[in-house]
Amino acid sequence: MGLLSKRDAALLTDPLADNNPITIQVLGICSALAITAELKASIVMAVSVLFVLGLGNVVISLMRNIIPSKIRIIVQLIVVATLVIIVDLVLKAFAYELSKTLSVFVGLIITNCIIMGRFEAFALGNGPWRAFLDGIGNAVGYGVILIAVGFFRELLGSGTLLGFKVLGDPIEKSGLYAIGYENNGFMLLSPMALIVVGILIWIQRSRNTTLIEEN
Amino acid sequence: MSKRTDSNGYTMVFAVIMVFVVGSLLAFLASSLKPAIKENERIEKQQNILYAMGVNENDASNANFVSTKIAGAEFKKYIKKQLVLEGNKVSESQDAYLIDVKKQQANAKDGKVRKLPLFVGEKEGKTFYVAPIRGKGLWDAIWGYVSMDENMVVQGAYFDHKGETPGLGANIKQRYFMDDFIGEHLMTAAGVFKGITVKKGNNDAVNEDKTDYEVDAIAGATITGDGVSAMIKKDLSLYVPYFKNLKK
Repeated sequence: MGLLSKRDAALLTDPLADNNPITIQVLGICSALAITAELKASIVMAVSVLFVLGLGNVVISLMRNIIPSKIRIIVQLIVVATLVIIVDLVLKAFAYELSKTLSVFVGLIITNCIIMGRFEAFALGNGPWRAFLDGIGNAVGYGVILIAVGFFRELLGSGTLLGFKVLGDPIEKSGLYAIGYENNGFMLLSPMALIVVGILIWIQRSRNTTLIEEN
Repeated sequence: MSKRTDSNGYTMVFAVIMVFVVGSLLAFLASSLKPAIKENERIEKQQNILYAMGVNENDASNANFVSTKIAGAEFKKYIKKQLVLEGNKVSESQDAYLIDVKKQQANAKDGKVRKLPLFVGEKEGKTFYVAPIRGKGLWDAIWGYVSMDENMVVQGAYFDHKGETPGLGANIKQRYFMDDFIGEHLMTAAGVFKGITVKKGNNDAVNEDKTDYEVDAIAGATITGDGVSAMIKKDLSLYVPYFKNLKK
C-alpha cells in the first residue's frame, strides 16, 4: 500500500483528467479566459489557486459542523476573501515585488467558482485531510488547463514563451517571421481562449469515450 | 431533519462572531503591517522616478529598478530639486515625491488648487524633468512617471497599473511599450501641446517617427492604451506653463 489509500489517491488524480474542473465541470472558466494571454500569468494564477484552495478547503472542512447552513455561502466567501487578503497584506509588507505581480489576481481568486464549488461540494461534507487532497487535486487540474491554454495563446499570439522570443523577432523579421509567418493577434483576445478550451475538451472526449453523454 | 445549526438564533450569533473575529484579525494585520507597506511604497516611488530618468538596472529586455537598498541614496544623488507648482507659484520641498497625485486630482475637482510635483534630476550633465501622471485604465487606476527635457521631449517613461488584464493591458509596464515613448515630442515647435496618443495601426511599429505624437498600441489593450493617452494629455498639459516660463 502506498502513502495514500486508493480512495484518497482518486481525490488527487480524478480532477486531473476525468473530472477536470475546467474541461468537465466547466468551472473557473472566467479566469481561464481572462488571464491566459501569457504563460507567466497562467502559472502565477495556478500557484495562487493551489495555495488558496488547499488551505481554504481545510479551513471550511474544520468548520463544517458549526457553519449554519443558511449562510454557508457567505461564510465560504468570507473564508476565501480573508485568506487572500492576509496573503496579499503579508506579501505587500515582506515581498513587495511579488505582491505587485499578484495584486491583479486577488480579485480573480476570490471570485473563482472552483474555490466556492469545492468548498460547497466537498469540504462541507468531508474531513480536513480528504478536503486538502481534493483541494490540491482540483487546483492542479485547473492549473494544468490554464497553463496549456496560456502556452498556446502566448506562443501563437505573441510568438513568445514566458517573454522569450522563441519564434524569432517579428519586427526584425528573423526566425520563422523571415519566411512570412505572422502572429495571430486574435489569440490574445478572450474568445480564442474559449476556443482553445473547446479544442482541449474535444481532444479529451475523443480520447475518453466514457465521457460522452448518451441522449 | 432539524439541526442545532439551523436555528435563526444560532445563525445570527455565528454571523456576529464571524464578522467580529475576521474583522479584528484583518484590522490587526493591516495596521501592524502598515508601516512596512508604507515604507515599501515610498521606496517604490523613488525607484519609479529614477527609472523614468534612466537610472535603472534594465537588462536586454526587462525593466528593472535600482535595488531597494540603494534607492534612497540614488534618489538623493540624482534628484537635484523637488518642486511643487501651485498655480503660478513654484516652491521647493524635500517631500514633494510624497504628494498624493490622486488626492490632488480630487482637490482640483473640488475647485482647489492642485499641487503639481516636478522632480528636477541631473544625470551625466543632462537635466531631466520628471512629472507624475495618473488616470484610469480598463479596470482600475493606472499611473506613471514621465521624464522630459526642457523642450518637453520625453526622455523616459514608467507606467504602472492596479489591475489591468495580465498579458494585455498589464503590458503597459513592459519595456517594449515604455521605451517607445523615449524621444517622442509632446509639444510642437510652435509651442502647442499635443500629448502622445497610443494608437492602433499608426504604420510606425518600431516608432521611428518621433514627432507624430503617437506610439504604437498594444494588441488587445485598447482601453488601457486610451487611458495612457488620456492621462498624458491631461496631466502633462498642466506643466506646459512651467516649461514655457523656463525658456523665457
